[in-house]
Amino acid sequence: MSNHQETAAATHQTHRDDVGAKMGMWLFLFTEVLLFGGLFLVYAVYRYQYQQQFHIAAMELNTGIGTLNTIILLTSSLTVALSIAAIQKGNKFLSMILISTTLILAAMFMVNKFFEWSTKFSHGIYPGSKELAAKPNGQILFYGLYFVMTGLHGLHVLVGMVVLTFMLVFIKRDIITKDSYAKLENSGLYWHLVDLIWIFLFPLFYLIQ
Amino acid sequence: MSEHDNKVHHISYGTYILVWVALLAFTSITVTIAGIGLGRYTLFIALLIAAIKSTLVINIFMHIKFDEPIFKVFLALSGVTLLIIFALTFFDVLFR
Repeated sequence: MSNHQETAAATHQTHRDDVGAKMGMWLFLFTEVLLFGGLFLVYAVYRYQYQQQFHIAAMELNTGIGTLNTIILLTSSLTVALSIAAIQKGNKFLSMILISTTLILAAMFMVNKFFEWSTKFSHGIYPGSKELAAKPNGQILFYGLYFVMTGLHGLHVLVGMVVLTFMLVFIKRDIITKDSYAKLENSGLYWHLVDLIWIFLFPLFYLIQ
Repeated sequence: MSEHDNKVHHISYGTYILVWVALLAFTSITVTIAGIGLGRYTLFIALLIAAIKSTLVINIFMHIKFDEPIFKVFLALSGVTLLIIFALTFFDVLFR
Protein backbone atom coordinates (compact mmCIF):
# COMPACT_ATOMS: atom_id res chain seq x y z
CA MET A 1 0.00 0.00 0.00
CA SER A 2 2.69 2.46 1.06
CA ASN A 3 4.72 1.30 -1.89
CA HIS A 4 1.86 2.20 -4.20
CA GLN A 5 1.61 5.64 -2.64
CA GLU A 6 5.31 6.21 -3.07
CA THR A 7 5.07 5.31 -6.73
CA ALA A 8 2.18 7.71 -7.14
CA ALA A 9 4.16 10.45 -5.41
CA ALA A 10 7.20 9.78 -7.60
CA THR A 11 5.06 10.01 -10.73
CA HIS A 12 3.58 13.23 -9.49
CA GLN A 13 7.01 14.72 -8.86
CA THR A 14 8.25 13.98 -12.39
CA HIS A 15 9.28 17.40 -13.55
CA ARG A 16 7.40 18.65 -16.54
CA ASP A 17 7.12 22.28 -17.52
CA ASP A 18 4.88 22.55 -20.58
CA VAL A 19 4.71 26.33 -20.46
CA GLY A 20 8.51 26.53 -20.23
CA ALA A 21 8.87 24.17 -23.20
CA LYS A 22 6.48 26.27 -25.21
CA MET A 23 8.34 29.43 -24.22
CA GLY A 24 11.57 27.91 -25.51
CA MET A 25 9.82 27.06 -28.77
CA TRP A 26 8.54 30.61 -29.18
CA LEU A 27 12.03 32.00 -28.53
CA PHE A 28 13.32 29.73 -31.29
CA LEU A 29 10.52 30.90 -33.60
CA PHE A 30 11.59 34.46 -32.78
CA THR A 31 15.06 33.71 -34.22
CA GLU A 32 13.40 32.15 -37.28
CA VAL A 33 11.33 35.28 -37.80
CA LEU A 34 14.51 37.36 -37.69
CA LEU A 35 16.29 34.99 -40.12
CA PHE A 36 13.52 35.25 -42.71
CA GLY A 37 12.87 38.88 -41.76
CA GLY A 38 16.38 39.76 -42.88
CA LEU A 39 15.74 38.11 -46.26
CA PHE A 40 12.39 39.90 -46.61
CA LEU A 41 14.23 43.14 -45.88
CA VAL A 42 16.72 42.51 -48.70
CA TYR A 43 13.77 41.66 -50.94
CA ALA A 44 11.94 44.88 -50.01
CA VAL A 45 14.94 47.12 -50.69
CA TYR A 46 15.77 45.54 -54.07
CA ARG A 47 12.15 45.40 -55.15
CA TYR A 48 11.95 49.13 -54.40
CA GLN A 49 15.12 49.77 -56.43
CA TYR A 50 14.30 47.48 -59.38
CA GLN A 51 10.49 47.55 -59.59
CA GLN A 52 10.32 47.04 -63.38
CA GLN A 53 12.86 44.21 -63.44
CA PHE A 54 11.15 42.41 -60.57
CA HIS A 55 7.86 42.52 -62.48
CA ILE A 56 9.41 41.15 -65.67
CA ALA A 57 11.25 38.36 -63.84
CA ALA A 58 8.20 37.39 -61.75
CA MET A 59 6.12 36.90 -64.92
CA GLU A 60 8.20 33.76 -65.54
CA LEU A 61 7.03 32.14 -62.31
CA ASN A 62 4.11 29.72 -62.42
CA THR A 63 1.23 31.27 -60.42
CA GLY A 64 -0.77 28.05 -60.70
CA ILE A 65 1.86 25.90 -58.99
CA GLY A 66 2.35 28.62 -56.36
CA THR A 67 -1.39 28.71 -55.62
CA LEU A 68 -1.54 24.92 -55.45
CA ASN A 69 1.34 24.85 -52.97
CA THR A 70 -0.37 27.55 -50.89
CA ILE A 71 -3.52 25.44 -50.66
CA ILE A 72 -1.47 22.32 -49.81
CA LEU A 73 0.45 24.10 -47.04
CA LEU A 74 -2.65 25.74 -45.53
CA THR A 75 -4.36 22.35 -45.47
CA SER A 76 -1.32 20.72 -43.84
CA SER A 77 -1.48 23.40 -41.14
CA LEU A 78 -5.11 22.47 -40.56
CA THR A 79 -4.31 18.75 -40.22
CA VAL A 80 -1.57 19.47 -37.65
CA ALA A 81 -3.94 21.66 -35.65
CA LEU A 82 -6.62 18.96 -35.83
CA SER A 83 -4.17 16.25 -34.74
CA ILE A 84 -3.52 18.23 -31.53
CA ALA A 85 -7.27 18.59 -30.97
CA ALA A 86 -7.60 14.83 -31.52
CA ILE A 87 -4.91 13.88 -28.99
CA GLN A 88 -6.48 16.29 -26.48
CA LYS A 89 -9.69 14.28 -26.83
CA GLY A 90 -7.64 11.09 -26.39
CA ASN A 91 -8.20 9.95 -29.97
CA LYS A 92 -4.78 8.46 -30.68
CA PHE A 93 -5.73 6.84 -33.97
CA LEU A 94 -7.26 9.98 -35.51
CA SER A 95 -4.27 12.02 -34.36
CA MET A 96 -1.88 9.62 -36.13
CA ILE A 97 -3.99 9.67 -39.30
CA LEU A 98 -3.91 13.48 -39.29
CA ILE A 99 -0.12 13.67 -38.79
CA SER A 100 0.34 11.16 -41.61
CA THR A 101 -1.89 13.34 -43.81
CA THR A 102 0.29 16.32 -42.96
CA LEU A 103 3.39 14.36 -43.99
CA ILE A 104 1.77 13.40 -47.31
CA LEU A 105 0.79 17.04 -47.97
CA ALA A 106 4.33 18.19 -47.11
CA ALA A 107 5.73 15.63 -49.56
CA MET A 108 3.31 16.90 -52.23
CA PHE A 109 4.56 20.43 -51.59
CA MET A 110 8.16 19.32 -52.09
CA VAL A 111 7.32 17.35 -55.25
CA ASN A 112 5.68 20.47 -56.73
CA LYS A 113 8.74 22.48 -55.71
CA PHE A 114 10.95 19.90 -57.44
CA PHE A 115 9.03 20.17 -60.72
CA GLU A 116 8.92 23.96 -60.47
CA TRP A 117 12.69 24.24 -59.96
CA SER A 118 13.40 21.58 -62.60
CA THR A 119 11.49 23.64 -65.17
CA LYS A 120 13.49 26.73 -64.22
CA PHE A 121 16.76 24.77 -64.46
CA SER A 122 15.83 23.37 -67.88
CA HIS A 123 15.26 26.97 -69.05
CA GLY A 124 18.80 27.71 -67.92
CA ILE A 125 17.71 29.70 -64.89
CA TYR A 126 19.62 28.65 -61.77
CA PRO A 127 22.08 30.44 -59.51
CA GLY A 128 25.28 31.19 -61.45
CA SER A 129 23.94 30.14 -64.87
CA LYS A 130 25.14 31.95 -68.00
CA GLU A 131 21.61 32.79 -69.13
CA LEU A 132 20.79 34.33 -65.77
CA ALA A 133 24.06 36.27 -65.70
CA ALA A 134 23.17 37.79 -69.09
CA LYS A 135 19.97 39.29 -67.65
CA PRO A 136 19.78 42.79 -66.11
CA ASN A 137 20.80 43.23 -62.45
CA GLY A 138 17.24 43.46 -61.11
CA GLN A 139 16.28 40.10 -62.59
CA ILE A 140 19.43 38.42 -61.29
CA LEU A 141 18.57 39.75 -57.82
CA PHE A 142 14.96 38.57 -58.14
CA TYR A 143 15.98 35.03 -59.04
CA GLY A 144 18.72 35.02 -56.41
CA LEU A 145 16.17 35.91 -53.74
CA TYR A 146 13.65 33.48 -55.21
CA PHE A 147 16.05 30.53 -55.00
CA VAL A 148 17.43 31.44 -51.57
CA MET A 149 14.09 32.26 -49.91
CA THR A 150 11.95 29.46 -51.35
CA GLY A 151 14.95 27.12 -50.96
CA LEU A 152 15.41 27.98 -47.28
CA HIS A 153 11.67 27.62 -46.82
CA GLY A 154 11.75 24.23 -48.55
CA LEU A 155 14.54 23.18 -46.20
CA HIS A 156 12.26 24.12 -43.29
CA VAL A 157 9.50 21.97 -44.79
CA LEU A 158 11.93 19.02 -44.92
CA VAL A 159 13.01 19.58 -41.29
CA GLY A 160 9.32 19.83 -40.34
CA MET A 161 8.68 16.48 -42.01
CA VAL A 162 11.45 14.85 -39.96
CA VAL A 163 10.13 16.42 -36.73
CA LEU A 164 6.55 15.33 -37.46
CA THR A 165 7.72 11.78 -38.27
CA PHE A 166 9.22 11.65 -34.76
CA MET A 167 5.92 12.91 -33.34
CA LEU A 168 4.08 10.14 -35.20
CA VAL A 169 6.35 7.55 -33.55
CA PHE A 170 5.95 9.26 -30.15
CA ILE A 171 2.16 9.08 -30.38
CA LYS A 172 2.35 5.42 -31.42
CA ARG A 173 4.61 4.62 -28.42
CA ASP A 174 2.38 6.61 -26.04
CA ILE A 175 5.13 9.11 -25.28
CA ILE A 176 2.69 11.75 -26.48
CA THR A 177 -0.66 11.19 -24.77
CA LYS A 178 -3.91 12.93 -23.88
CA ASP A 179 -2.24 14.42 -20.79
CA SER A 180 1.19 15.13 -22.23
CA TYR A 181 1.22 16.58 -25.71
CA ALA A 182 3.60 19.56 -25.38
CA LYS A 183 6.01 17.99 -27.92
CA LEU A 184 3.27 17.75 -30.52
CA GLU A 185 2.06 21.28 -29.75
CA ASN A 186 5.57 22.71 -30.20
CA SER A 187 6.10 20.79 -33.45
CA GLY A 188 2.77 22.21 -34.55
CA LEU A 189 3.99 25.73 -33.76
CA TYR A 190 7.04 25.15 -35.95
CA TRP A 191 4.88 23.84 -38.77
CA HIS A 192 2.53 26.83 -38.56
CA LEU A 193 5.53 29.18 -38.74
CA VAL A 194 6.64 27.48 -41.95
CA ASP A 195 3.10 28.05 -43.23
CA LEU A 196 3.21 31.70 -42.11
CA ILE A 197 6.43 32.36 -44.01
CA TRP A 198 4.88 30.86 -47.14
CA ILE A 199 1.81 33.13 -46.71
CA PHE A 200 4.18 36.06 -47.34
CA LEU A 201 6.48 34.39 -49.89
CA PHE A 202 3.54 33.48 -52.13
CA PRO A 203 2.20 36.98 -52.97
CA LEU A 204 5.70 38.51 -53.03
CA PHE A 205 7.09 36.10 -55.63
CA TYR A 206 4.13 34.61 -57.51
CA LEU A 207 1.58 37.42 -57.55
CA ILE A 208 3.56 40.34 -58.96
CA GLN A 209 1.82 41.64 -62.05
CA MET B 1 -5.24 18.18 -12.22
CA SER B 2 -8.79 19.31 -12.93
CA GLU B 3 -7.77 22.83 -11.96
CA HIS B 4 -4.99 22.66 -14.54
CA ASP B 5 -7.39 21.34 -17.16
CA ASN B 6 -9.72 24.27 -16.68
CA LYS B 7 -6.96 26.66 -17.63
CA VAL B 8 -6.19 24.89 -20.90
CA HIS B 9 -8.44 26.12 -23.68
CA HIS B 10 -9.22 23.45 -26.24
CA ILE B 11 -10.27 24.58 -29.70
CA SER B 12 -12.89 22.43 -31.43
CA TYR B 13 -12.45 20.69 -34.80
CA GLY B 14 -15.15 22.96 -36.22
CA THR B 15 -13.30 26.17 -35.38
CA TYR B 16 -10.12 24.91 -37.03
CA ILE B 17 -12.00 23.91 -40.18
CA LEU B 18 -13.77 27.29 -40.28
CA VAL B 19 -10.40 29.09 -40.08
CA TRP B 20 -9.04 26.85 -42.85
CA VAL B 21 -12.02 27.73 -45.09
CA ALA B 22 -11.40 31.43 -44.38
CA LEU B 23 -7.70 31.01 -45.26
CA LEU B 24 -8.58 29.34 -48.56
CA ALA B 25 -11.12 32.09 -49.30
CA PHE B 26 -8.50 34.79 -48.69
CA THR B 27 -6.06 32.90 -50.94
CA SER B 28 -8.55 32.86 -53.82
CA ILE B 29 -9.29 36.57 -53.23
CA THR B 30 -5.61 37.52 -53.35
CA VAL B 31 -5.01 35.45 -56.52
CA THR B 32 -8.08 36.98 -58.21
CA ILE B 33 -7.10 40.53 -57.29
CA ALA B 34 -3.56 39.96 -58.58
CA GLY B 35 -5.11 38.71 -61.84
CA ILE B 36 -7.20 41.86 -62.25
CA GLY B 37 -4.17 44.07 -61.68
CA LEU B 38 -4.95 47.19 -59.68
CA GLY B 39 -1.62 48.81 -60.42
CA ARG B 40 0.04 50.35 -57.42
CA TYR B 41 -2.60 48.97 -55.02
CA THR B 42 -1.84 45.35 -55.93
CA LEU B 43 1.13 45.06 -53.54
CA PHE B 44 -0.72 46.84 -50.74
CA ILE B 45 -3.79 44.59 -51.03
CA ALA B 46 -1.64 41.44 -51.32
CA LEU B 47 0.25 42.35 -48.13
CA LEU B 48 -2.98 43.29 -46.34
CA ILE B 49 -4.51 39.90 -47.15
CA ALA B 50 -1.28 38.13 -46.12
CA ALA B 51 -1.45 40.02 -42.81
CA ILE B 52 -5.09 38.96 -42.27
CA LYS B 53 -4.18 35.34 -43.05
CA SER B 54 -1.25 35.40 -40.61
CA THR B 55 -3.47 36.88 -37.90
CA LEU B 56 -5.81 33.89 -38.32
CA VAL B 57 -2.95 31.37 -38.26
CA ILE B 58 -1.23 32.98 -35.25
CA ASN B 59 -4.39 33.45 -33.17
CA ILE B 60 -6.18 30.17 -33.80
CA PHE B 61 -3.75 27.59 -35.26
CA MET B 62 -0.87 28.77 -33.08
CA HIS B 63 -3.24 29.25 -30.16
CA ILE B 64 -1.87 32.68 -29.20
CA LYS B 65 -5.33 34.10 -28.52
CA PHE B 66 -5.83 31.63 -25.68
CA ASP B 67 -2.25 31.50 -24.36
CA GLU B 68 -0.70 33.36 -21.46
CA PRO B 69 0.16 37.05 -22.03
CA ILE B 70 3.93 36.38 -22.06
CA PHE B 71 3.59 34.71 -25.49
CA LYS B 72 1.83 37.77 -26.85
CA VAL B 73 4.74 39.83 -25.51
CA PHE B 74 7.22 37.56 -27.35
CA LEU B 75 5.28 37.97 -30.57
CA ALA B 76 4.95 41.73 -30.21
CA LEU B 77 8.67 41.97 -29.43
CA SER B 78 9.68 40.09 -32.59
CA GLY B 79 7.20 42.12 -34.65
CA VAL B 80 8.42 45.45 -33.30
CA THR B 81 12.07 44.41 -33.77
CA LEU B 82 11.39 43.62 -37.44
CA LEU B 83 9.47 46.87 -37.87
CA ILE B 84 12.36 48.90 -36.44
CA ILE B 85 14.89 47.14 -38.68
CA PHE B 86 12.68 47.78 -41.75
CA ALA B 87 12.04 51.41 -40.80
CA LEU B 88 15.71 52.19 -40.16
CA THR B 89 16.82 50.48 -43.38
CA PHE B 90 14.27 52.33 -45.51
CA PHE B 91 15.20 55.58 -43.78
CA ASP B 92 18.65 54.97 -45.25
CA VAL B 93 17.51 53.70 -48.68
CA LEU B 94 14.94 56.45 -49.30
CA PHE B 95 17.03 59.43 -48.21
CA ARG B 96 20.48 58.39 -49.35
